[in-house]
Parts: sequence; C-alpha cells; structure tokens
Amino acid sequence: MRITIKLFATFRIGRFAEVTRDYPAGTRIADIIGELHIPEKEVGMIMLNNRHAEPDQELHDGDSLALFPLVGGG
Amino acid sequence: MADLDDFLRTHAAGDLLSWKWQVDAAKQFRTHLARVEEAALAMGILPARYQRNRQAISVKDQLKLFRSRVAVIGCGGLGGYVIEELARLGVGTIIAIDPDVFEEHNLNRQILSTPATLGRAKAEAAAVRVAEINPAVTLVPRQEAYTPENGEELLHGSQVIVDALDSIQTRLALAKTCTDLGIPMVHGAIGGWYGQVATQFPGDDTVQKLYRRWVEGKGVEQKLGNPSFTPALVASIEVAEACKIILGEGEPLHHRKLSVNLLEVVFVAVDMEHAPSGEPGRKRD
Repeated sequence: MRITIKLFATFRIGRFAEVTRDYPAGTRIADIIGELHIPEKEVGMIMLNNRHAEPDQELHDGDSLALFPLVGGG
Repeated sequence: MADLDDFLRTHAAGDLLSWKWQVDAAKQFRTHLARVEEAALAMGILPARYQRNRQAISVKDQLKLFRSRVAVIGCGGLGGYVIEELARLGVGTIIAIDPDVFEEHNLNRQILSTPATLGRAKAEAAAVRVAEINPAVTLVPRQEAYTPENGEELLHGSQVIVDALDSIQTRLALAKTCTDLGIPMVHGAIGGWYGQVATQFPGDDTVQKLYRRWVEGKGVEQKLGNPSFTPALVASIEVAEACKIILGEGEPLHHRKLSVNLLEVVFVAVDMEHAPSGEPGRKRD
C-alpha cells in the first residue's frame, strides 16, 4: 500500500519534507515513526488524513500521515 | 471632571489630541496621563500617538483596549515583544509576570535585555520600558513565578492571558487556571526556526490537547535554541489574537493551532476541535 509521509519542523532535518512509499498491509503509525528513528516522546502531534491519530493506528492504502514535534520554548 | 473635558475639547485638533496637551492636561488637573487618555477617548478624541492605529482600530475600540487588562506570563523572548506591542497598541493595564533576572544568553533575542540590564529583574525592565514608550499605560511588574496556587490572585480581572512561558509543564498548569477563571488564553511557543500559536477559550482544552503526548522535559527548543526572529513573529501573532479577543473582532485561532516553519516558510493551521483529549505527563507504552 502507498503511504504519504509529511514531516514538520525538526523532523525534516536529515530526513525529508514529504515522501510517498510502499508499506506492507498492517503497518501501524508507530512502525513508521520507528523506521524514521524518531523518538516517540519527541512526537507532539500525529495527523492521519488531517485527523488526529494514535501511534497504534493501522494505515491503509492512500493514507497521508503527518508528524509534528513538540515545541515549548518562550 | 467637566473642566478636563473642556480642556481636551479646546486643545484637540479635529479629533486628535497631541502628546504635549495630554501631558499638560495631566499636570494642570493633577491627574494621571492614563486618566486624561481615558477622558479623551470617552469623548471620541484620539490621543495622536494612536492615529496610525486607524482604521484598523476605531476610537471606540481604542477606548476598549485602554480599559482592558492583559496578563503576560513570562517576560523573556516572547514576553518582551508581547509587552512592547501591547503597550504601543494602547492596552491600558498590563500585568508582567516573571521571577527571573536577565542573563547574557538572553541578549540574542529578548528585547527587554541589554548589557545594562544584565542581573536586573525582567518584570522591572518591562515596567521601565513601558514607562518610556507609553506612560499612559499601567504596567504592573510581578517578580514572581506563576503557580497554580497564586494563579487566581495574579490573573483575576484580566480579559486575556498571554502565554510567554518556556516550560510545557507550567503552560499546562496555566491553561487549567485560565479555564477555572474563565479567561481566554493565547498560547505561543517557539524553538529554533519553528513556533506555534493557538487561542484557548474557556471550556476548550486546546493546550492540553496540544501537549497530550508530552511526558517530561522540553521540546525542540532544547536542541535548537531560540534565534531573534522566531519570538518576534510568534509574539506578534499572539498580540493580534489578544487584540481580536478584546475587541470581539475577526477570527481568532479558536480550535486551531498555527504551526510556523521559518526555515522553509511553511505556515499550517491544524484543527484542534477534533483532537483527542488526554492527560499529558503520563508515560505511554
């Protein structure tokens, strides 16, 4: 299945801004976060097809996943 | 004070009152510049310093701003710019809350810091700056940390709370205090080239939703630091939000988070209304 991944802010550094890749059926959001070597505690927000999502959610063909890091400075 | 009103009417040029006459009126009637400003605005006379606020802000709106009270939590990177802009906008009372003193590593971005203010309290520096740029505005410096315990005393009576904190944990506590007090909170946070803004109205739990995945510690700012331009931009958006809330105009970032990336110039607004709720600060599996 084809999944589009969009990374925001620091997650782009050394990775990419947006990419579409093939993944086997049953792939979960957490699998992709792990594959990208993003520590899960750095993930502030996960959007799946513009809706908020959880790491354990399974992905489906054509899904668009967006990952935002935590920002907290002032 | 009918005499003051007469004085202002006599010395206004059209509907503008110059600074010179505002100062003269305060002296002559042995009153505060703030009192003169309110009297002028109430008669539809605009202190000339605000003439470029028009037509964005009418004389009536200017009076609303003058009669409003905004609390700024944090007088550092975001807070310095927020206070500067609120004072120039003409918000009548600003509560500036920060327990810290300026240190050398603040000088790259914190507008209230200068080599001369190193070691001085940030809240005091805010009072000095506002007295310089707009003496008709009252700035109340509070050199102490906001805590859930003193929150009500510090924030009671404010129309808007502006988040200029640098701690996620304190922000989450502040969001709860704002909810308890029924006061809108403008949230802003920065790190490196990145920032975010969202406005939480009483009854929303936007800030909690924003940080529901947070467990401990800081965000991207830990690694990236904070250059000068990101706080200035995010603070400006926060002040625009505060202004809209006070005036009841426009469309605030209600149920939305604006995510800002200045490195690649990407601005994205994310829906927060349908974001899941949850208690931040809990370890997950």
